[in-house]
Amino acid sequence: MKPRTIIEKIWDNHIVAERPNAPALLYIDLHLVHEVTSPQAFDGLRARGLKVRRPDLTIATTDHSTPTTPRSFPIVDKVAAAQVARLEASCKEFGIRCFGLSSEQQGIVHVIGPEQGLTQPGMTVVCGDSHTATHGAFGALAFGIGTTEVEHVLATQCLLQNRSKTYEVRVDSALKPGITAKDIILSLISRIGIGGGTGCVFEYSGSAIRALSMEERMTVCNMSIEAGARAGLVAPDDTTYQYVCGRPYAPKGAAWDAAVARWRQLPTDDGAQFDQSIKIDAAALEPMITFGTNPGMGIPITAMVPNPTDITDPLERDSLAKALRYMDLAPGKPLLGHPVDVVFIGSCTNSRISDLRNAAKILKGRKVHAGVRVMVVPGSQQVKAQAQAEGLDQIFRDAGADWREAGCSMCIAMNGDQLQPGEYSVSTSNRNFEGRQGKGGRTFLASPLTAAASAITGVVTDVRTLLP
Amino acid sequence: MTKFTAFESRLVPFPIDNLDTDQIIPARFLKTISKEGLGDQLFYDWRYDAEGKPKPDFILNTPEAKTAKILLAGDNFGCGSSREHAPWALLQYGFRAVISTSFADIFRGNSLKNSLLPIVVPRDVHAELFKNPNITVKVDLAAQMLTLPDGKTVEFPVDGFSKHCLLEGIDELGYILQQEPAIASFEAAHPAPINTTA
Repeated sequence: MKPRTIIEKIWDNHIVAERPNAPALLYIDLHLVHEVTSPQAFDGLRARGLKVRRPDLTIATTDHSTPTTPRSFPIVDKVAAAQVARLEASCKEFGIRCFGLSSEQQGIVHVIGPEQGLTQPGMTVVCGDSHTATHGAFGALAFGIGTTEVEHVLATQCLLQNRSKTYEVRVDSALKPGITAKDIILSLISRIGIGGGTGCVFEYSGSAIRALSMEERMTVCNMSIEAGARAGLVAPDDTTYQYVCGRPYAPKGAAWDAAVARWRQLPTDDGAQFDQSIKIDAAALEPMITFGTNPGMGIPITAMVPNPTDITDPLERDSLAKALRYMDLAPGKPLLGHPVDVVFIGSCTNSRISDLRNAAKILKGRKVHAGVRVMVVPGSQQVKAQAQAEGLDQIFRDAGADWREAGCSMCIAMNGDQLQPGEYSVSTSNRNFEGRQGKGGRTFLASPLTAAASAITGVVTDVRTLLP
Repeated sequence: MTKFTAFESRLVPFPIDNLDTDQIIPARFLKTISKEGLGDQLFYDWRYDAEGKPKPDFILNTPEAKTAKILLAGDNFGCGSSREHAPWALLQYGFRAVISTSFADIFRGNSLKNSLLPIVVPRDVHAELFKNPNITVKVDLAAQMLTLPDGKTVEFPVDGFSKHCLLEGIDELGYILQQEPAIASFEAAHPAPINTTA
């Protein structure tokens, strides 16, 4: 048999039907549902009198419109409250398990899937959310879909899909202290641009990727979409199996052994060809930070903000100039030392326990700089409980940071957590688009280490100067 | 779905690369549980001032744009979030097609499912259109052809299945439901790896 990539293997394993002149019909193993992109899909089912075909392969939670204030408070925003209530009602009506606001399993949809052992190697995973690629960390083919497709999956557990191209992102050698998974992915996006992976699925490979924990792999895969790739994955290995083993929805006993034996067949065969590839030397990476209004506008933290006059393509030059105007930044100047108003530690990119431990490592025994607002938002109730068991919440509070309930929070600013016009934030989230964190707000994307360091100094800071 | 027919329209030039769906419709408008009422929120933060009044110089607020059906956009249009509210808002404003050099994958798929046609043209054609955007062009999906005022034609690619669905007004869910026997036999051969309802 022709050598295949893991991407092709998972694809081939899920083909329900292939008709001439039509996309393949692909089976979906896990469908994650949240309050924002599902109400119109449930309405579509009602209008046609359809049921949810496989509630047992579907899980729902509330995260996007969800406040991060104490759960005993009502949702002040009536529109958001109605949306959250609608999800819970639809789940009840269609027989879907919902980890709602009062659930101990509630959290960001891309945090709870892995946490519960729902996300497993070799699966197809979809969600009405572009950061679904996060689940690719387990060697799953996971991608975001629109609301029409949410309706298709609810009704049929299938999607019509065209095969993507394959793109190997090979990251070799070892990261230096203070450099993290977030810096790998921000560096990739800055190299190939936010459209560089359009039409492709990434496979992240190489010794630096192998050395990452599951949570770090999730950070890398999470931002695949910011390079335009609908999905990105890491082939499963012992790190993967150790993470999945024993989680609530993971296979048990003989089923576990059989599953691992199957999963060991997934990695890309020797000699398999990718349509495209890129190599990154992990040892050469610095902490990364974005300066502009898309995630591709990133630089090593010691570099200068680029100058539009150096760009020949007129639209590209105008886009950079427009971004610098919005960010109110001068070209040719460093970002280091730039004042910061807000630090946000959270989101499906960086809200897991290891992210919080990294932030706490820097904040421990120090104080947040006067005038800087720091929000730490755990990715799930389970992450929150774990952090509190380790005393991380106390470290954050002692430093002067705000410790919140789980949700997407200021990453998408739908829930009241937002920047004021003109404010600058260092955020561990995934998007720095205009207004993403609040109308007129300005976002520098970076790792939890860089965010925590900047919280202490009140300016954009190279965390390597604060490492123990 | 209604059948996609040929039409003529002015272009609305929007010369910005990498326009993301957060600009097309800001996230705070996604708290709705309806598909309706999104046309007024299209490009909201660029289109209205702090008091919510339309900015007269913003292109979508001009009388010419209000009757136009084609947005002429920059490279990698619709990147970012998977929100289908983006094509819904564009359609409800009145657009039926977007011309660019490339589209983000999820946006392109969402658009096709709603009969908003993403038209990819070569870079040189794209640059020419931006040099003189005050023209009326004809969009003919059946022929996969744009016709410019001087009679010059530009072919554009569309996958055969999407083209067929758009032209015939075929709803994809209906098409998938017809394949019930294949879905059932796949399920019989592949035991589910999880059970969330257990």
